[in-house]
Amino acid sequence: MRERQNPVRRQSLTGTRIRERRLALAMRQSDLAQAVDISASYLNLIEHNKRKIGGKLVLDLARALKVEPSRLTEGMDATLSDMLQAAARDTARSFGPPAETDRIDELAGRFPGWTGLIGEQQKRIAALEAAVEGLQDRLSHDPVLAESMHEVLSTVAAIRSTSDILVREPDLDAQWRGRFHRNLHEEAERLSASATALLAHFEGQGARAETLTTPQEQVEAVFELAGHHFPEIEAGGVAAIPEVLGRMRALADDDARDLAARHLARYAADAARLPLSEVLAAAAEVDFDPQTLLPLAGGDAALLLRRLAALPQGGAEAVPAFGLATCDASGALLFRRRINAFSIPRYGSGCPLWPLYRALGRPMVPDSAVLDLPDGSRFRAWAVCQPIGPAGFGSEPVMEATMLLRALPDDAPASPGAVPVGPGCALCPREACAARRSGGRFG
Amino acid sequence: MGRRVLLVEDEINIFEAISFLLSRDGWEVSGHGNGATALDEIARLDPDVLVLDVMLPGRSGLDILRDLRKQPETSDLPVLMLTAKGQSKDRDLALALGANAYLTKPFSNSEMVETLNRVATGGQKAGT
Repeated sequence: MRERQNPVRRQSLTGTRIRERRLALAMRQSDLAQAVDISASYLNLIEHNKRKIGGKLVLDLARALKVEPSRLTEGMDATLSDMLQAAARDTARSFGPPAETDRIDELAGRFPGWTGLIGEQQKRIAALEAAVEGLQDRLSHDPVLAESMHEVLSTVAAIRSTSDILVREPDLDAQWRGRFHRNLHEEAERLSASATALLAHFEGQGARAETLTTPQEQVEAVFELAGHHFPEIEAGGVAAIPEVLGRMRALADDDARDLAARHLARYAADAARLPLSEVLAAAAEVDFDPQTLLPLAGGDAALLLRRLAALPQGGAEAVPAFGLATCDASGALLFRRRINAFSIPRYGSGCPLWPLYRALGRPMVPDSAVLDLPDGSRFRAWAVCQPIGPAGFGSEPVMEATMLLRALPDDAPASPGAVPVGPGCALCPREACAARRSGGRFG
Repeated sequence: MGRRVLLVEDEINIFEAISFLLSRDGWEVSGHGNGATALDEIARLDPDVLVLDVMLPGRSGLDILRDLRKQPETSDLPVLMLTAKGQSKDRDLALALGANAYLTKPFSNSEMVETLNRVATGGQKAGT
């Protein structure tokens, strides 16, 4: 199933895009209207987003304008829209006139390339800011750095005091002078070693900082490429992991490969407990509803949510697009499977109102809610917080929350209990939200 | 008998330099390099003033200072703390715990002697 956007938003894009495409082809309005067998005045209404269109007319217009129909009808990706909003709010503090955020759709319709570029730049800025924050954090809390600095300062203190004595005490006897010379030599050697070690430490940090793509991002990217489904592991279990891992050439370092191996091991364990043949057939019969399918997973809701997010797309079962997010007890996002129109930030936190975080406060209680996003799109979310790993007497369990997302169709009935959420305070336009953290990153 | 100072410092070359300086200034200097047994050594030697490094093997100088201030016998013992430059949290904590003064490494020899004498004679809290 294809997730859809708010009809008003989509229509506003469609008319604008038709107009911009026609102008780009230097085609007169009357010519285009004639080509698709409608009146010029009707086309004018369409282009000014005053008439909804669909079906055959969209196909005819796309053919006449020599573009894929989706180019005219697809709305802007919510993540891109959020990025543009964030860029506008960020730069509003630095430049003169504020950006026309109420015309983002129009901007995207007229200049899709530039819009994408701004979005990518904003993403890059966010990634760089996160990298800087990470480096600052390392400098503040790095035990190796703290130890190295203490070593250097202690050595310098010894050298300073000793050399001062040697310079200011001309009548120093030979025994003391010899001892202090020896001490100076020792401390100079020690300082040399400390400084070299410190430099090596910084070089290591620098090399990591230059690789702005974190292991987590690399792993998510290769999973995304695979559609979050690995037939070899479904068929061969753990034994197939090396083969799958070997194909993941985008993993740039050992950390990323280790992380990918851990995720694949969990995938294999999940597949063994809830085989694809069982879950796919059963899910297709009940429209992939986790609530109905829960007994199939023996009540392990997190397992079920992960398995639904790993179903193969494009088959006869018409598996819907699912998004997935997991976080630890601190709320740090551990893994995400992206879904269009629902942006899950990599850096910083998501929306505190997401069921993902709500579940952390109610361990072992499966939760579900309809989520209203600021752009009008709606999602059904299922979430649960469960311990991971084996239980132990006297040891605290390690908890992990999992949230599965599925877009609701535009014509789905209204949900009175729907929760108004956002993509996280840093990107969210809901200024009056009670859960908002003091204006967000740009506030 | 001269004034007695106990220098709790695990860096032997710093200890030797300071020890030389303070001896020249008329102090009777003792040294100890282990944080874990420093309190026992302080009780045994009963110094007139204590120079105490923050980062020590076995136990932090800050923890030692905290215990000194709790014990009636040592609650008024003048203490000069040595901290590494940039570790302002240690410095602030040392003063809050009752250190009479602090010096940040690397310090000058004259600073060390002047500050120790000021602390020994009941001078105000100070530091660099």
